[in-house]
Amino acid sequence: MNLILIALIVLGVIGAVGSLVLFAVAKKFYVYEDPRVGQVEEVLPGANCGGCGFPGCHGMADACVKASSLDGLLCPVGGAETMAKIAGILGMEAAASEPKLAVVRCSGDHCARPKVSNYDGAKSCAVAAATFGGETGCVFGCLGFGDCTRACQFDAIHINPETGLPVVDEDKCVACGACAKACPKIVIEIRRKNNAKTPQPKRVWVQCINKDKGGVARKACANACIGCGKCEKTCKFGAIKVENNLAWIDSEKCKACGMCVAECPTGAIHATEPVMVVVEKLKAKKEAEKKAAAEAAAAAKAAAQSEAAAPKAEPVAAKAAPKAE
Amino acid sequence: MKTFKLGGVHPAANKLSDKAPIEVAEVPALVAIPMAQNLGAPSKAIVAKGDKVKVGTVIGEPGGFLSSYVHSSVSGTVDKVDIVEDATGRRVQAVFIKVEGDEWEESIDRSKDIVREIKLEKQEIIDKVKAMGIVGMGGATFPTQVKLAPPPTAKPECVIINAVECEPYLTSDHSLMLAHPEEICIGVQILEKAIGVKKAYIGIEANKPDAIELMTETAKKGFPEIEIVPLKLKYPQGGEKQLINAVIGKEVPSGGLPIATGALVQNVGTAFAVYEAIQKNKPLIERIVTVTGKSIKKPSNFLARLGVPIRQLIDAAGGVPEDTGKIISGGPMMGKAMPDTNSYMVKGCSGILVMKNEESRRKAAGPCIKCGKCVHACPMGLQPNFLSRYSELGMLAEAEEERIYDCIECGSCQFSCPANRPLLDWIRQGKPKVMGILRARAAEAKAKAEAARAAEEAARKARELEAEHEEHHSKTEETHADVNAHLLKHSGPMPEDKK
Repeated sequence: MNLILIALIVLGVIGAVGSLVLFAVAKKFYVYEDPRVGQVEEVLPGANCGGCGFPGCHGMADACVKASSLDGLLCPVGGAETMAKIAGILGMEAAASEPKLAVVRCSGDHCARPKVSNYDGAKSCAVAAATFGGETGCVFGCLGFGDCTRACQFDAIHINPETGLPVVDEDKCVACGACAKACPKIVIEIRRKNNAKTPQPKRVWVQCINKDKGGVARKACANACIGCGKCEKTCKFGAIKVENNLAWIDSEKCKACGMCVAECPTGAIHATEPVMVVVEKLKAKKEAEKKAAAEAAAAAKAAAQSEAAAPKAEPVAAKAAPKAE
Repeated sequence: MKTFKLGGVHPAANKLSDKAPIEVAEVPALVAIPMAQNLGAPSKAIVAKGDKVKVGTVIGEPGGFLSSYVHSSVSGTVDKVDIVEDATGRRVQAVFIKVEGDEWEESIDRSKDIVREIKLEKQEIIDKVKAMGIVGMGGATFPTQVKLAPPPTAKPECVIINAVECEPYLTSDHSLMLAHPEEICIGVQILEKAIGVKKAYIGIEANKPDAIELMTETAKKGFPEIEIVPLKLKYPQGGEKQLINAVIGKEVPSGGLPIATGALVQNVGTAFAVYEAIQKNKPLIERIVTVTGKSIKKPSNFLARLGVPIRQLIDAAGGVPEDTGKIISGGPMMGKAMPDTNSYMVKGCSGILVMKNEESRRKAAGPCIKCGKCVHACPMGLQPNFLSRYSELGMLAEAEEERIYDCIECGSCQFSCPANRPLLDWIRQGKPKVMGILRARAAEAKAKAEAARAAEEAARKARELEAEHEEHHSKTEETHADVNAHLLKHSGPMPEDKK
């Protein structure tokens, strides 16, 4: 009995002394933290993905509280909703934010881009990229070993075994940019999700990053951008630039009209479903115009042939042709 | 027999072409000479379409400090300057030359006479080595002139010639020694003169007894300061640090230069190229390359001009066999598999190895069973199992702590791994990242030290001014203050300044 009592007393005293020391230390080294940081952190999704540019959600919360305005601060995971909540806590205006999305800029599937060599090193894009140009003739495109899939915390990007290319799940992707950072070939780009104010997202992008000259690029991949510049000329909004034999669409300027998609000779420019409906119409119209022009040309030719017999027929045909165009 | 202390493995030597004499490879109708033939910055092409060149005409200038000259290996007209893919599929600039005849620059001595007397002085040798575009011929292609001018703090004691050829299959150095022993010895003497030493060792592995015998005889006849050191068979003996350890028993400090041990290591091919450059005025325009493999009809050693298509060399050795799985530029341990055969001869290409499909494929990697074979095999005393895991997981601080920067990428770990893990693949990922961090840290420290020095300087000046002021004040009074001021002036910070 005595032994138990002694043990209790000794342990009790040690505990009491320890708690006193801890209390004193906690008082002495107390760091004041704005209580709003905790509140903001609670609102944040807690994924610690780093998509905001800060080390984890706590870092983001701290930055929000310290900032004078919420401009430029965005949690890509929570989006506008979360930012509005944060704004409510801090009594500030939430900056309008556009939802974004990871876009895979390579369409070199197995059919378009045949393999020319076999890689059997470590199954990682980073290792493969450091070793050689890639298994196909295109040294720019997707390597297909899935570093992006491993980097994604949201299960939003997967390699499609049929094409060998990553596919982004639109509903799950939060545009944190982890996959874009993990990709050694910089195939993945974070772009605006919707370029028009439609319920269904409208966006247009060049699904190729091959910077080779047209002929070389085309030889390596049937779906490659050849840098012909037709899209650049077609775009009314100045959103497209062709540099180093490669077109790039500025997603901030693009209005998703679909003109460039209809114009692209290799099909390197891709668009979402609602845009493609417009594109189909544009293409049909273009086809009809082409047909009409061809008919007019044929008519002009016929007229020219009969010119010797009836020289007066010529001006009529010449007038008819431009009208048709 | 000597060898290096730590680790090492024993791959089958497979020296199929060791009895094959050196054959001169045919000069094709069109050559493409890549401008990136050395470690460091690629050279800049200085010729344009339509220019006439002769054998030995400079066509590329150094693109930086760590870079070298490139000379035309044929005579003819420049067809174009275009991009080609090198042996690893990377894009490099290359000069295409249409071959017309075989006209050499007049300054090149093409006679077979051996020139013994070394007329040039130390600096002249180094300058000429640079002008002749000599790089390390073992495969790393480090510009030789840079290596011949070690930092002033280094005290060179000897030259060590690397004639180990520890890579399986390769026999280019072996055949070179058999063909030109005396020229190599003169080349060694030139290297000795260039760094101001009087002692040289030639390390040769024991599987080349004929070369050891011939070199020993030649050295005895007129090169008393050259010692031939036969070495016990072990890979990677040809590694610079391993060779120094094997021959003179010293160890290169971690993170230090090999010259810290007093030894300057050069490849035997480099010694021969230096001989030709200094004594014969011949730039580096050709080299010996082994074309070999178990399925190759006629394993051969070719003396091939730079820019010759690799495909042509393989065809000359009997063509690409049916069941070829890989064609490797270099040896099987450290060489690189070529994506296709449309690349061209470069200064660093010591061998072309054709491997059958079944022997070339890697086996599926299994989980690490912690057997420690890789640790045992590592010649640098590292723990490859941890290093590869750290690299894979991006744990760079841990990788640095485990000295990933000391890895020489010899592949002994991967070779010895019973689980076929791609250890080196991952270590190669982490190593440059850690090296980048180290460099950034060093740069930061340097900037900081400089800022501190500047502040110190300013403070010293201020103090001096003050002291002078005081001195001036006290002159009339003739007090102790004068002495004090003097003391203050002369006890200013000195040692820090010299750093």
